[in-house]
Amino acid sequence: MKPGNFTRRLLYWASVAAGLVLAIVPLPAWLDVVRPDLALLAILYWILTSPRIAGLGYAWLAGLFLDVLRGMTLGQHALGFLVVAFLAHRLQLRMRMFPILHQAASVMLLLGVYHFVIFWTDGLTGHGYTGWNRWLPVLTGALLWPLIVAAGDSVTRRSR
Amino acid sequence: MVELSHDTRPIIGRGPPLVATFVTLAAASIALMVADDRYAHLDRVRHWLSAGAYPVQVAVDTPFRAWNWLTDSFADRSRLRQENLELTARLRLANLQLQRFAALEDENRRLRDMRENSAGIAERVLVSSILNVDLDPFRHRIVVDKGSEDGVFKGQAVLDGEGIFGQVTRVHSHSAEVILISDAEHAIPVQSNRSGVRTIAVGTGDSSKLSLPFVTVESDIQPGDLLISTGIGGVFPRGYPVAEVTRVERTPAATFALVDARPTANLDREREVLLVWFDPADPEVEESATTAAEPTAADGQAEAASGTPPVAAPAAAPPESGAGE
Repeated sequence: MKPGNFTRRLLYWASVAAGLVLAIVPLPAWLDVVRPDLALLAILYWILTSPRIAGLGYAWLAGLFLDVLRGMTLGQHALGFLVVAFLAHRLQLRMRMFPILHQAASVMLLLGVYHFVIFWTDGLTGHGYTGWNRWLPVLTGALLWPLIVAAGDSVTRRSR
Repeated sequence: MVELSHDTRPIIGRGPPLVATFVTLAAASIALMVADDRYAHLDRVRHWLSAGAYPVQVAVDTPFRAWNWLTDSFADRSRLRQENLELTARLRLANLQLQRFAALEDENRRLRDMRENSAGIAERVLVSSILNVDLDPFRHRIVVDKGSEDGVFKGQAVLDGEGIFGQVTRVHSHSAEVILISDAEHAIPVQSNRSGVRTIAVGTGDSSKLSLPFVTVESDIQPGDLLISTGIGGVFPRGYPVAEVTRVERTPAATFALVDARPTANLDREREVLLVWFDPADPEVEESATTAAEPTAADGQAEAASGTPPVAAPAAAPPESGAGE
């Protein structure tokens, strides 16, 4: 394994872990509703930039840990993260060629899939909340995507 | 026809194919969800998974706690003095009420002893702080810093200084998850302190509103009525304030009136809550005297109302009728 690979792996784990922690940091109510799914965005970024490092297993584990952290039915976020990671892996060759806005749009689609999985499993387990504002993180996540890419690129370039 | 593989990992040592991993893990998560939601098999698994989650929650909580501590310890003198004065005044008032209350409680206990029933009075409380952690913006859940190590159990009632707060839904070794009475999945049996009408208060997902969907149009409920816990169901101790009725709308054509109430507990502002142990013996329908007695003209009416449905009560009381449905 190349040494650069190892630091990348470390960065990957650390960024997703940070995203998980930020998922439960207390925020004022209006910000809480639009809180972007930073852990998932981090996973997406790493799948697009270094698919050999970011596999499905860690994404799944991260989702499972998020379930435990937030006290949801075990497996909900795990399934959501897994589906998105899988789709991103399949689309990765195409998506990394997209211009940034186009890429943000496809990330929005993936986030939509993720929130749909959560919404659906919520409904199946009888916790359904059907308000429109549960879909807001999809939008904020997509808006945040260019920033995530910029931040990630600047960090990985330095570590190279 | 040759197709390019989407899998760009190195051919040697790339591990199982993506699709296989995906299918395996997806099946695993679905199995987990079914096991967790439909059966209680995973309580143990969750228990030790949460051992990993607890340090994270504490780490998130610590800076906020430190900030609170800092602002508390460097509060300026005049504010502290002001607060002190207010608290002294409140304490004097409370003591005054307590004097009357002590006599009433004694009398109440004697009467209950005579009938061999001292159920529903809180026996032991444990103060615990709320961790500064956001779980889900659409569910009213909180995490408190006491767990099974401290004897906390599932279904335990949680109160704050002003009234009923919620109940414990999950217990970990050092923390517990509490569902608030305002969560849309929560329901609590209540009784009007004035008229004795019993009904159920359901959470709405709004921390300043409960809804009373099963009040018939003819029921004697008015805005301003204090709703107290009945103790039916054995989850909550009897006679603690739950909410105050804010709105009653009666349409003669409908069976049920539209009734809203505002929780008395500070659901969105509290930092510390009380976990309560009490003796949940047979709930009995009667006027509770544990809340501040209000000698009003409605007394006679209350007796009449509370005397009516004594038999049906135990049947309507499965051990967890207040729990999330």
